[in-house]
Amino acid sequence: MGFLHTWLPYILAGIAVGGQYALIAIGYTMVYGILRLINFAHGDVFMWSGLIMVYMITVLPLWLSIILVIIFAIVLGTTIEKVAYRPLRSAPRMSIMISAIGVSYLLQNFALYITGGLTKTYPSINWLQKTVTIGSATTKMVTLITPVLTIILVVLLVMLIKYTKIGMAMRAVSRDFETSSLMGIDINRVITVTFVIGCALAAIGSVLYFSNYTGINPMSGAMPGLKAFVAAVFGGIGSVPGAVVGAFVIGVCENLIKGAGWTTFSDAFTFVLLIIILMVKPTGIFGEKNIDKV
Amino acid sequence: MEVRLNNKTKAALSAIAVALFLIFVFLGDKFIPAGSTWKMLITVIEKGSIYALVAASMNLLNGFTGLFSLGQAGFMLIGAYSYAIFTIPAGSHEKVYQYFDGGIIKWSLVEILEGKIGILGHYIGMFIPMLGAGLFVAVIAYLIGIPVLRLKSDYLAIATLGFAEIIRAFFQWNTLGPVTNGSNVLRKYTTYGNAVFPVLIGGISIALILLLINSTYGRAFKAIRDDEIAAEAMGINLFKHKEISFVISSFFAGISGALLAMFQTTINATPFNTVMTYEILLIVVIGGIGSITGSVIGAFLFTAASEWWLRGLDSGRWLGISSSLMRPGFRKVVFAVLIMLIVLFYAQGIMGSKEFSWDRFLTWWKRLPSNLKAWPERHRAKSEARKEARAVKAAAKAKAKEAKADNEARKASGKALFTPLPMSDHVIVFEKEGK
Repeated sequence: MGFLHTWLPYILAGIAVGGQYALIAIGYTMVYGILRLINFAHGDVFMWSGLIMVYMITVLPLWLSIILVIIFAIVLGTTIEKVAYRPLRSAPRMSIMISAIGVSYLLQNFALYITGGLTKTYPSINWLQKTVTIGSATTKMVTLITPVLTIILVVLLVMLIKYTKIGMAMRAVSRDFETSSLMGIDINRVITVTFVIGCALAAIGSVLYFSNYTGINPMSGAMPGLKAFVAAVFGGIGSVPGAVVGAFVIGVCENLIKGAGWTTFSDAFTFVLLIIILMVKPTGIFGEKNIDKV
Repeated sequence: MEVRLNNKTKAALSAIAVALFLIFVFLGDKFIPAGSTWKMLITVIEKGSIYALVAASMNLLNGFTGLFSLGQAGFMLIGAYSYAIFTIPAGSHEKVYQYFDGGIIKWSLVEILEGKIGILGHYIGMFIPMLGAGLFVAVIAYLIGIPVLRLKSDYLAIATLGFAEIIRAFFQWNTLGPVTNGSNVLRKYTTYGNAVFPVLIGGISIALILLLINSTYGRAFKAIRDDEIAAEAMGINLFKHKEISFVISSFFAGISGALLAMFQTTINATPFNTVMTYEILLIVVIGGIGSITGSVIGAFLFTAASEWWLRGLDSGRWLGISSSLMRPGFRKVVFAVLIMLIVLFYAQGIMGSKEFSWDRFLTWWKRLPSNLKAWPERHRAKSEARKEARAVKAAAKAKAKEAKADNEARKASGKALFTPLPMSDHVIVFEKEGK
């Protein structure tokens, strides 16, 4: 009991942040599954949805701004795909990755310009900020809502992928790009839908994440983005449930490390985990084996 | 018109060009008064040559060995710190390490050697920590390479990025404070006196990289880049060669880190983050992946644009245009847009995968007047060809549209989409035997 008493607050915080990472990680894992591209700009889309919320809330009611933020993230994500990734579809993989890095650089610099480099405070959403006491831990409502909401969204997403026509198309495209296009699947539509889902979830994630960590600056998307990517790799890239499991593992471990007083290394841990998983099981926990053929 | 020089002339030309450039930088740094606009040129050359070195080292990995590594900033960080720690004068330790009781290392290599053998010792004292920084980074890179280099393209990118972040966290760790000063800045260490120093060191290092690329090792690297499996079948030890490339690249990244520390006069671990790696990568892309010349040109253009030419965009006036849009940060936005345009529409960069050669340069120079004269004609021909292509495309589109409309109309009226062939044409009726 003593153990739980001390560590419960950290575990709760870890589960919450894990849920938020999971919502970002889905965007990475789906895009990677289909395009074989690490979408470096995804973390910045996440940061931008947070920034837009900061500006939107000053003039609009809360519910409307949340909806608009989600729409904004979708528009931003699909535009990036159309402008920066689609023209390079047949180019070598390195150039499309460089393009993604370029977009990330652009989004960060544009945010730097808009904010003037200052850290903005995320608007506090009252019902998310309410304090709740569970056992030994006092925490915010958002900590409890995040995992529940994450699980609901993920179940919906998995059902979408399993039982709808577009979901079947997605699975087909992720299995074999060329063959599925020969079978009459509109590849561009599938990719757009992937980006729509990924960005919408990232926007929801940003609302939850920044309600918890209220300071937001142009670089605040980079770290969560990288961690979410590691989560996606950990779970087996291309697999949605895998990404969610990975995100929860990373979130909880990171907070336990913080609790042990090693805050400097809480970020580093993520990458240690990445390297270990890549060494031991490069395909991740839920990933499928992939053999290179000549 | 093709110019062909013999090797002796080429070497002489290169030597003269290098000497003139070094003299220009030396005198420029000495005699141009601080605060003059032209002093910016010297600053750009200083910083540009440091970035040129790190860009060339990254190009060795990304462009010549085909390893998409994003750890360069981390290696620079180690280099910068290893240099700075050993050259802080003994008298300044109390001030620099004010939170850590003056640190553990209470001496400076520069001072010790200077006391023994005078001014020569001063330079040797600077050179040894710099070389040591490079070697230390190489050792770290060797250890990191053992697990990481077995990974494939994008996993390698993420893993090296991860290691760079771990290194950064490590140097900011408070427990190591007596050595690294924790998250506080390191300052007051010995720096160079004239801008010619980084140019010289950078130049020598880049020359070494070029020699490596032109050696048998370089050819093995290129083979690995072009096709790993084929390279392995040709008897190239994949892991060994990747490790060599990684270690050497990191060695030079460490040297450039030490130079950057000298250039900045104070260092801190925070700016050595992913953005810095991205900037180095973008320099490589602008110059052309697979061209060392390109990386050098890219580095100078990048620093000139960001430090000098586009400065006005931040302060409200640029090229005589003033606008309220131009406030701090605007420069970087314009810059990022330019880079995106290069990445999307000019993917091969300035040099593609070509290197500088006197033959090509002189040929180009001789043909320049005639090329300029022919330019309007060529431009007209090009635009006409483009117009034609557009017309052909439009016609094809119109035809497709017509066909689609026709199909729709047929569908609506209940007619068959295709006119079926008469029965007798495709069904062969065999007559029964015996009738």
